[in-house]
Amino acid sequence: MTNEAVMTCRNLNIFYGEKQAVFDVDLDILKNKVTAIIGPSGCGKSTLLRSLNRMNDFVPTFSMNGVINFEGKNVLKEDPMVVRTRIGMVFQKPNPFPKSIYNNITWGPKIHGHKVNFDELVENSLKAAALWDEVKDRLHDSALDLSGGQQQRLCIARTVAMKPEVILMDEPCSALDPRSTIRIEDLINDLREDYSIAIVTHNMQQAARVSDYTAFFYEGELIEYGVTDGIFTNPQEKKTEDYITGRFG
Amino acid sequence: MKDGFAARKRKEKIFKYACLALTFSSVLILVVLLYHIGQTGNKYLSLKFLTSWPSRFPHKAGIKAGIWGTIWLISLTAAISIPLGVLSALFLEEYKIPGKIGKIVEINVANLAGVPSIVYGLLGLTVFVRYFGLDRSLLSGALTLSLLILPVIIVSSREAIKAVPDAIRFGAYALGASRYQVVFWHVLPIALPGILTGVILALSRAIGETAPLIIVGALTYISYTPESVMDEFTVLPLQIYNWASRPQEEFHYLAAGGIIVLLTVMLSMNFIAVVIRQKTSKKVKI
Repeated sequence: MTNEAVMTCRNLNIFYGEKQAVFDVDLDILKNKVTAIIGPSGCGKSTLLRSLNRMNDFVPTFSMNGVINFEGKNVLKEDPMVVRTRIGMVFQKPNPFPKSIYNNITWGPKIHGHKVNFDELVENSLKAAALWDEVKDRLHDSALDLSGGQQQRLCIARTVAMKPEVILMDEPCSALDPRSTIRIEDLINDLREDYSIAIVTHNMQQAARVSDYTAFFYEGELIEYGVTDGIFTNPQEKKTEDYITGRFG
Repeated sequence: MKDGFAARKRKEKIFKYACLALTFSSVLILVVLLYHIGQTGNKYLSLKFLTSWPSRFPHKAGIKAGIWGTIWLISLTAAISIPLGVLSALFLEEYKIPGKIGKIVEINVANLAGVPSIVYGLLGLTVFVRYFGLDRSLLSGALTLSLLILPVIIVSSREAIKAVPDAIRFGAYALGASRYQVVFWHVLPIALPGILTGVILALSRAIGETAPLIIVGALTYISYTPESVMDEFTVLPLQIYNWASRPQEEFHYLAAGGIIVLLTVMLSMNFIAVVIRQKTSKKVKI
């Protein structure tokens, strides 16, 4: 498999009002790879992730400049609604819609007028999210009756149903118990076959387990970026080493 | 040390029973009132009372005109104020007017809720009755009452919309939804019970209003049911007011009968609001 980049950030600066949160970042999200973004709290990793699909537009003071190349266009100049159909997102806390499991998955494609067989779409999406066997007999029950881990996998299925190119995950396991966490990690492993994934995580073991590439952020700057094994076994930067060996953070 | 505790416990007890007594005193007043009205009102309360026109002979008088006027007026008020109020609330919450203007609008809406109803009556008289030439019609009355309850609907709808978790909005936006789609598919359905509760309470307030309607020229003697929104009308509270202000005691019984009907309608509306709130209070927490 080649190391083709699906998204390339160049000279990306992100601001909240006067305060700069991300400084001059160059970062590639590689095709069919899992890229982990790690760093201590407040280092700008979530801010960066949410900028990739323009979810920060909802923060009134937010602004950014630079280039995010995606499918031959600059994400910063595109219509955010179009961007978000191609770059999906899974949030920190599971946030299924208070509708049935079935409708949670079909809602996205429906509002975009996708002409597909919805039964098939639901089945395939749930299978892709490793949830099908658990819910196939109760597709029309409320999504809120599911456990936290199941809800999060439903949110992944909902994202997958849009057939995005990239899936962004913002600490997707931080609200889950260890068993559910393992299931999501296995799932991320499988999803890489069809999607390119960027995942923000607090948990360094998780980054080591699931990712192919790791980017370490500190105080809004990208300190080090490389193959995960390299970052964890042989970091080039002192700060990276201090962080992954637990000396701060 | 010990003495201090005993004194505090005593105070605690006194405070508790004082609160209890005060709570019950207001309930007691309501019970006495209801009992009194029930006593005086049941004399004329019958099917005939509900289906007769007003009359200068007490035994012939009824509240048919008042009931039909109230039904027309409230339906019309609901039809005007609900879309206006809910859409305003949606706009203020979801689209948000930035900066100073937004603040000013917000403060204004909140303040309007506190304006006395008679002031709305004068506004209605000047604008709807005279300026737009709608005369003493149902439409004038309904527009005036709509203005009166609009702030209440807006404020309560905004609260209900605010209570919709942002996580739901972001989840929908992340799928590429437009603001309109997020609002109509997710925000509104989740906020609906709260909005309905506010709307029903606002309408039950409108049902009891008298002052603004007197000013915009609702009549007290009407012997037909309205057939269009341009017809003249009367409403239950006005009919009650009219009877209560007559010197003959017999008419006071009629007034009490009217009050029973009005209270029954209002209490059942409030009851529906409470049921809606309780049935849906558990839903959607993320």
